[in-house]
Amino acid sequence: MTIASEPNSAPAQLHDSVFLGRLSLESIPYHEPIILVTFAVAGLLGLSLLVWITRARAWGWLWRDWFCTIDHKKIGVMYMVLGFVMLIRGFSDAIMMRAQQAMAFGDANGYLPPHHYDQIFTAHGVIMIFFVAMPFVTGLMNYIVPLQIGARDVAFPFLNNFSFWMTTAGAVLVMLSLFIGEFATTGWLAYPPLSGAAYSPGVGVDYYIWALQIAGVGTLLSGVNLLVTIIKMRAPGMGLMQMPIFTWTSLCTNVLIVAAFPVLTAVLVLLALDRTVGTNFFTNDFGGNPMMYVNLIWIWGHPEVYILILPLFGVFSEVVSTFSGKRLFGYASMVYATIVITILSYLVWLHHFFTMGSGASVNSFFGITTMIISIPTGAKMFNWLFTMYRGRIRFELPMLWTMGFMFTFVIGGMTGVLLAVPPADFVLHNSLFLIAHFHNVIIGGVVFGVFAGVSYWFPKVFGYKLDVFWGRVSFWCWQIGFLFAFMPLYILGLMGVTRRVSHFEDTSLQPWFIVAAFGAVLIGCGILAMLVQFRVSYVRRESLRDDSGDPWNGRTLEWATSSPPPDYNFAFTPRVHDIDAWWDMKRGGYQRPTTGFLAIHMPKNTPAGIILAGISGVMGFALIWHIWWAAGAAFAALIATAIVHTFNLDRDYHVPVETVTAVEDLRTRQLAEAGA
Amino acid sequence: MSAANVHGSDARPVESHVHGHDEGHHDGDELPHASLRGYLIGFLLSVFLTAIPFWLVIGEVFADKRITTAIIVVFAIAQMLVHVVYFLHLDTRSQAGWNMLAAIFTIVLVVIAISGSLWVMYHMNANMMPMDEHELRNQP
Repeated sequence: MTIASEPNSAPAQLHDSVFLGRLSLESIPYHEPIILVTFAVAGLLGLSLLVWITRARAWGWLWRDWFCTIDHKKIGVMYMVLGFVMLIRGFSDAIMMRAQQAMAFGDANGYLPPHHYDQIFTAHGVIMIFFVAMPFVTGLMNYIVPLQIGARDVAFPFLNNFSFWMTTAGAVLVMLSLFIGEFATTGWLAYPPLSGAAYSPGVGVDYYIWALQIAGVGTLLSGVNLLVTIIKMRAPGMGLMQMPIFTWTSLCTNVLIVAAFPVLTAVLVLLALDRTVGTNFFTNDFGGNPMMYVNLIWIWGHPEVYILILPLFGVFSEVVSTFSGKRLFGYASMVYATIVITILSYLVWLHHFFTMGSGASVNSFFGITTMIISIPTGAKMFNWLFTMYRGRIRFELPMLWTMGFMFTFVIGGMTGVLLAVPPADFVLHNSLFLIAHFHNVIIGGVVFGVFAGVSYWFPKVFGYKLDVFWGRVSFWCWQIGFLFAFMPLYILGLMGVTRRVSHFEDTSLQPWFIVAAFGAVLIGCGILAMLVQFRVSYVRRESLRDDSGDPWNGRTLEWATSSPPPDYNFAFTPRVHDIDAWWDMKRGGYQRPTTGFLAIHMPKNTPAGIILAGISGVMGFALIWHIWWAAGAAFAALIATAIVHTFNLDRDYHVPVETVTAVEDLRTRQLAEAGA
Repeated sequence: MSAANVHGSDARPVESHVHGHDEGHHDGDELPHASLRGYLIGFLLSVFLTAIPFWLVIGEVFADKRITTAIIVVFAIAQMLVHVVYFLHLDTRSQAGWNMLAAIFTIVLVVIAISGSLWVMYHMNANMMPMDEHELRNQP
């Protein structure tokens, strides 16, 4: 690794090789046994997966039907798979940190050197937010929103495929940093001056920047796509105030994505300029101001928090209403609460850096706005409670996760309001109390919400329900594991223990960390139980099968079609007369049309998305390692491929009427056999 | 069943095209009205709004530079509005008002981000180390 020794010199070093930039054999961390073992295991697993696919002769099928697909449903499933894979990676980081902190006291140094530990906590944060939570949320929206509004696909189907592969390209770069070079050691937001060229001369921060830039393109485009889809493609009769609440929260989330992500892109561009061409936006000298970075990145960062949680509020609303057998209490107030949160989320960013030094007036303003934003959130909580009140509640898996959420999230919300008080924040900032708080809302809110959504919509996606026993095991492991893992962190935080520390002198703290590590192991059991649940459900799929397409007695349009839905979702676009359109249709004695089908106009699969994203990934890698010729070549290839793609006019086809009729007749027989 | 066609899907041929397709044309996408007259008005306004600030600076019309600066800022904002209205055809009717809503939302967020950043950064002195006279004089 080449080291830029003096601050403010452009880190493009003279002794970089022209051909390989900073890349050399030394970049591969073969001298670190932990990474070597990880590499061996990952390589072995990856290789066996490739062999398995080859032996099953599945490459052609994977390429044609999945990698090149523009079907929003398949893209949604791929997002979820990406989320689960990265969840396992992010969790491995978590359990390594917990193990290190449980053992590194006094004379014991633990098993991780500080430099490695720093990379792990950075990677954990980056992966969990950008490559776990975001793909999960985007995947759910991608699959469900078009179905809920009675559309056949999203507004820009090709763009959707491209967005997914850009996100994946970012994830691949982060994974690559494990084996070639290193990852950032700066914490998940890479504050300068630490992340500047002077103090982080290696490739770690460059991996961070380019992985997020590439994934960010995907997120932004998918935000535009879903926004247009919701606004332009709703079924006839579905006004804004007839939209399902999940669609509403998705709409607000995508508005936030479109408005907030350009800020992240701009900030990272400035940081990249500082690092590569020697500008001084965020350096200590020559008029640079690192505090501007902190300010700008949180202008993106706080809306990001709501980008993650809002769609899950929608999931909980759907689940509570379905499993209580009632219309959602206070639909209008739910919508307005969501809109208020959307606006207010832009007015609270400074609470992430109360201690930076803006003084009392600025801090009080942002403290108060932060407390105000808890009001619409609280209103939502009461709406869910009142929906359950006197409802006929069915304690199925999605409901279990939802109630776990309500219990956990309220604790996290209360510690959040506590942290919103600037004087309290001066005591608690940068401590484990903060860590406990945001894990409390992210695990309790986002993760539980995703799992509620997965168990709720799984029968829609695959045509069979998830196994209940292993689902319960997973839920209780997560719920109890969460309490064991993070309640000690609240206590440690109140005692003044700071975050991101790899070794402690005070051995009296050790028991708390051991309890926390035990909690992390329980969460690991929860993840394992969920994987077992998927496997068991697949094996027992015939007995778990649901032919009705509406296993939960659902209320919204996605339950009106078969499970899994046909490629074109709906043979006829439904007409909407009420909130909870499908419930209304069922009560109105809806008869599914069985004749008179027409050919359906659909978009065609294309490999352009995965090719463009692949080239972007190569360009990112070249930029990280300062292989300038390769970056230039990749950029030229990128533009050329995009232009070539615009000349591909063979983009659509008609599903012939015979096919539609055959599919729908099969469905008619299926329904007759199910006795629906 | 008589309710069948009232509730739920009714087989209308107009809905047979895919909703959502790159080149699909949606109903109600009527482009905002664009005319030669509009472009000319926009062009003339832009020229005036550009020429006046140049004249103010070159002719040194005001002795106090701050007045000149303030006027230029006002003209710059007016210039942006002219572009958005006459060249990008922003009005309250196109796309059923969504364009205007999106513009207002964007303006609100940009104003929040810029004015908020200025406010935050301007007050960024509460935790700073006090400077002595020497340091003050030799600030970078």
